[in-house]
Amino acid sequence: MTWRRAIPVAACAALLVGAPPFLPPYALTLLTQILIFAIFAMSLDLLLGYTGLASLGHAAYFGIAAYVVAILTTQHQASFWACLVAAILAACAVAALFGLVAIRATGVYFLMITLALGMVIWGLAFRWVSLTMGDNGISGIARPSLSAGWSFARPLPFHYLSLVAFLIAFGLLALIVRSPFGLSLQGIRESERRMRALGYDVWLHKYVAFILSGAFAGLAGALWAYYDGFVSPVEVHLLTSVEALLMVALGGPGTLVGPILGAGVIVLFKNLLSIYTKRWLLILGLFYIAVIVIAPKGIVGALRGARR
Amino acid sequence: MEFWLTQAFNGISYGALLFLLGSGLSLVFGVMRIVNLAHGSYFLLGGYVGLTAVSRTKSFPLALLSGALSVALIGLGMERLFLRRLIKQSLPQVLMTMGFALVFQDLGLLVWGGDPHTLAVPALLARSVQAGPVFVSFYRLFIIAVASAVGLVLWVFLEKTRAGACIRATVDDAEMAQGVGINVPLLSAGVFALGAFLAALGGVVGAGFIGVYPGLDFEVLPYAFVVVIVGGLGSLPGVIVGSLLVGLLDKFGKALFPELSYFTLFAPMALILALKPTGLFGKR
Repeated sequence: MTWRRAIPVAACAALLVGAPPFLPPYALTLLTQILIFAIFAMSLDLLLGYTGLASLGHAAYFGIAAYVVAILTTQHQASFWACLVAAILAACAVAALFGLVAIRATGVYFLMITLALGMVIWGLAFRWVSLTMGDNGISGIARPSLSAGWSFARPLPFHYLSLVAFLIAFGLLALIVRSPFGLSLQGIRESERRMRALGYDVWLHKYVAFILSGAFAGLAGALWAYYDGFVSPVEVHLLTSVEALLMVALGGPGTLVGPILGAGVIVLFKNLLSIYTKRWLLILGLFYIAVIVIAPKGIVGALRGARR
Repeated sequence: MEFWLTQAFNGISYGALLFLLGSGLSLVFGVMRIVNLAHGSYFLLGGYVGLTAVSRTKSFPLALLSGALSVALIGLGMERLFLRRLIKQSLPQVLMTMGFALVFQDLGLLVWGGDPHTLAVPALLARSVQAGPVFVSFYRLFIIAVASAVGLVLWVFLEKTRAGACIRATVDDAEMAQGVGINVPLLSAGVFALGAFLAALGGVVGAGFIGVYPGLDFEVLPYAFVVVIVGGLGSLPGVIVGSLLVGLLDKFGKALFPELSYFTLFAPMALILALKPTGLFGKR
């Protein structure tokens, strides 16, 4: 990393660590939401931007993790670490299963299959009432506390918990995409046939990326369950999957900063819009259309274009 | 026995409804390779327009016609003005059609409100007869008849007319079709409008049966996708088999394992795909 890039990153990090205590409560909750969705969007970008696989069912892993946390905390009083590990493992397991079905397909077929698989999870959340409470959702998920008397119940400590998770996810993903494995993924995105001819196991690379991506989505989902205190089928709906795609597309696929920016814009846009108007869904829809018409390469792509 | 017959009849009639929904998606997909997330919205809007038409004119045929035609125009506008620029870019297509789906959903809520509605069907179709142990509703028979008629017309159109031959050629290889002088952009616009027409027709028919309500659009959308995926993309026989299979699986699944109903629907789909990734009737 060059100095020119390190300085803004350090400034952002300092701001993220130092500013929260001075923020008004509502701004703080928005910032926490942005961090959680940034993890979710980055996890999707590992597939979409780096491997070239557009998943339309990414909410499945986010939602599974959220439901695992919800069920374990409300019905079994499980500890934070147990919930976190179980949630991420569950997301990995579902990704490993779905990956077997989906990875065989490419392009639009991959889109359609992941859409259908994502809706399986939605259907289970919606119909398996004895486990998930169906459409009513599971409420009363208490914020976690660590054994050493640390409680994350209040907004500020919880924000720092999310920040730590975000920084870990960002660091790990940055390592992954720069590793030989990550570079091979980008090779597959550019030319699958050539990578195969060079002797790479394309299927295995995609499959591992699929599971890793599910794991990070699971981390975001677990945090979201704690943040919101409530989990419902909305979390696993197609809408959530597409929203994650929009975050990545808006920010700029194939970068880690892009999804973070995209998550920030979408979370702010949705929250502020729903305060001022009841027709926020209509405006959100128009926003989707406008993004594609105006900035098809995303914010990062547009900035790069402007610099040249 | 009564249980099995009843569920089988319900499944077949639901499959007929899914055929109306899925055939349009399959055609559009075959010709344009577009993943259209607004396809369920056509179904919803068709139902809403049909509802208004029936309450204003008391005429059921007019509702079918106005619902299907108005939504076909919407589809044509979407294709001409927006989707046209996004050929072969699946991610922007997905996001843009999702934008339209949200806009349609909210407009539906704005105009027709949040309550569920059921379309008043003609008295003749509202009856039912007892055939052996099974109650046969005329309306379900009517749905099967509509779907069969549409299927027959589509088959004749695709197999026996020049335009149909052009569509089949485009499904097989769009670039070659363009090369031999088929006007693919014009054909795409027509097929897109036809797809919207069929989905909206399904929506009006479905409005007398499952009703119209906010959220219906995204509820039927995955069914349309599963029908098309199971049958194979861009294949008419595939849609017929796919919709019957999905209709039956859904009804039996819901009756036998109510809590796992979606799973019983999607698990076989995953299985079919694992064995034959292009669907039952799909070609590479």
